[in-house]
Amino acid sequence: MKKKLGFYPGCSLEGTSREYSESVISLAKRFDIELEAVPDWNCCGASSAHNLNKILSLALPARILAQAEKAGIKEILVPCAACSNRLITTQHELFEEPELKKEVEETTGMSLSAPIRILNVIQFIQEYIVPELPNKKVNAFDKKVACYYGCLLVRPHDILQFDRLEDPQSMDEIMKTSGAEPIDWPFKTECCGAGLSLSRSDLIGKLSGKIVNEATERGAEAIIVACPMCHANLDMRRPVINKYMGKKLNIPVLYITQVIGMVCGLSPKDTGIKRHLVKVNIN
Amino acid sequence: MSYRPNNSLSEEVLEHTKVNSAGCYQCGKCSAGCPLAEEMDYTSSMVMRMLQTEDKAIEKELLKSQSIWLCSSCEMCISRCPMSIDIPKVMDYLRQKSVKEGLQNKTADKNIVAFHRSFLDMIQLTGRSYEPGMIMDYKLRSKDFFQDLTMAPKMFSRGKLPIFPESVKNRKNIQDIFKKSKKESI
Ligand code: SF4
Ligand code: SF4
Repeated sequence: MKKKLGFYPGCSLEGTSREYSESVISLAKRFDIELEAVPDWNCCGASSAHNLNKILSLALPARILAQAEKAGIKEILVPCAACSNRLITTQHELFEEPELKKEVEETTGMSLSAPIRILNVIQFIQEYIVPELPNKKVNAFDKKVACYYGCLLVRPHDILQFDRLEDPQSMDEIMKTSGAEPIDWPFKTECCGAGLSLSRSDLIGKLSGKIVNEATERGAEAIIVACPMCHANLDMRRPVINKYMGKKLNIPVLYITQVIGMVCGLSPKDTGIKRHLVKVNIN
Repeated sequence: MSYRPNNSLSEEVLEHTKVNSAGCYQCGKCSAGCPLAEEMDYTSSMVMRMLQTEDKAIEKELLKSQSIWLCSSCEMCISRCPMSIDIPKVMDYLRQKSVKEGLQNKTADKNIVAFHRSFLDMIQLTGRSYEPGMIMDYKLRSKDFFQDLTMAPKMFSRGKLPIFPESVKNRKNIQDIFKKSKKESI
């Protein structure tokens, strides 16, 4: 029977991270999972709303949750780590604080009756993909990889209760099932500079530079990510990184869904690996 | 309703965020792990200490600091804090307050604040963030024309910049949300 799951793509997946969206959708298709997008979804406010306006930073995700609820969605996949972090914390705060919930519901004009299950991409892969992977695998990704979790995927820990905060393992485990050899390295959850990308790209060179350099020096052949912001900083920002580091770093940055897609025989078009700035010369 | 005997910023933070800065015992673990500590004028543990002083001049200094804008909300500090003090939440409050009082650091933070404003304007307009539109708006606002423009052709050729913005159908709902939140924000 076809499995059905709610889906919140979020803005970057429709724009600068098209390949992430393409790989998630192709992978779901390959595993016979139907993704149902939240009707008329809006931006969650991501890395900006919370800096300037608290109510807005809760109301934008609350509208998404309400739209999902209206559509009867009980479980929803949110591949962008920044969006999933926002949706999860908002839902948690609203159901903890009834007064705040009321205020936010008045702002959105929509009410929320019960929490829905929000899955980040790792949880989705663990539950929906890994058990079926042996049947669908046609290749092995026999490369040394550096799994880069970034800051938002494993945090906030007290709400998420997902993986360890320091030296997380979930992505490493998934990569092993794809035939890869994850390296041990200390930068798994270091910050890439996140939302400072446009306004302070000088800092991205430094923060992301350290990450890309460390992965390279430890012999990784690819960096694996699960967040469009991390990908943008480590891939699209490579010229700034190379300038800051004073050398040319060629290591490609792949979404975890692209790697599993490749392992399952999806084409480069399905996984979108041609859209990267840093060429992916792995097959 | 508020109970603020000292009329201090730390009491205000406590009221709005439920984070008690008095719980910080200055172990410095947060600053040691903060990826942006080197760039900051006051590290996260210093920010907590400044709140604890309840001194008006120091509080103002804090609201004018670059640190609050450099913080990327990565949550490394709270993950490591033995008291689980939610520093990113405090930073959020300080940023909001700093803008409201017009105290934000004019030189260093100009671009960061401009970016957040452009981002939110775009959402207010269409319900979604549309990168090319947002980048243009940001460029005009920050007058920061030199960075990034070389990236655009590469991004277009890889299909990473959509030519037209997608927008939410129920835009009135989005605009109402913005209008109401503006009223209710601090
Ligand atoms: S959330 Fe802010 S203060 Fe805390 S570690 Fe990250 S950048 Fe530093
Ligand atoms: S880690 Fe926590 S207790 Fe230690 S200095 Fe930072 S905020 Fe204070």
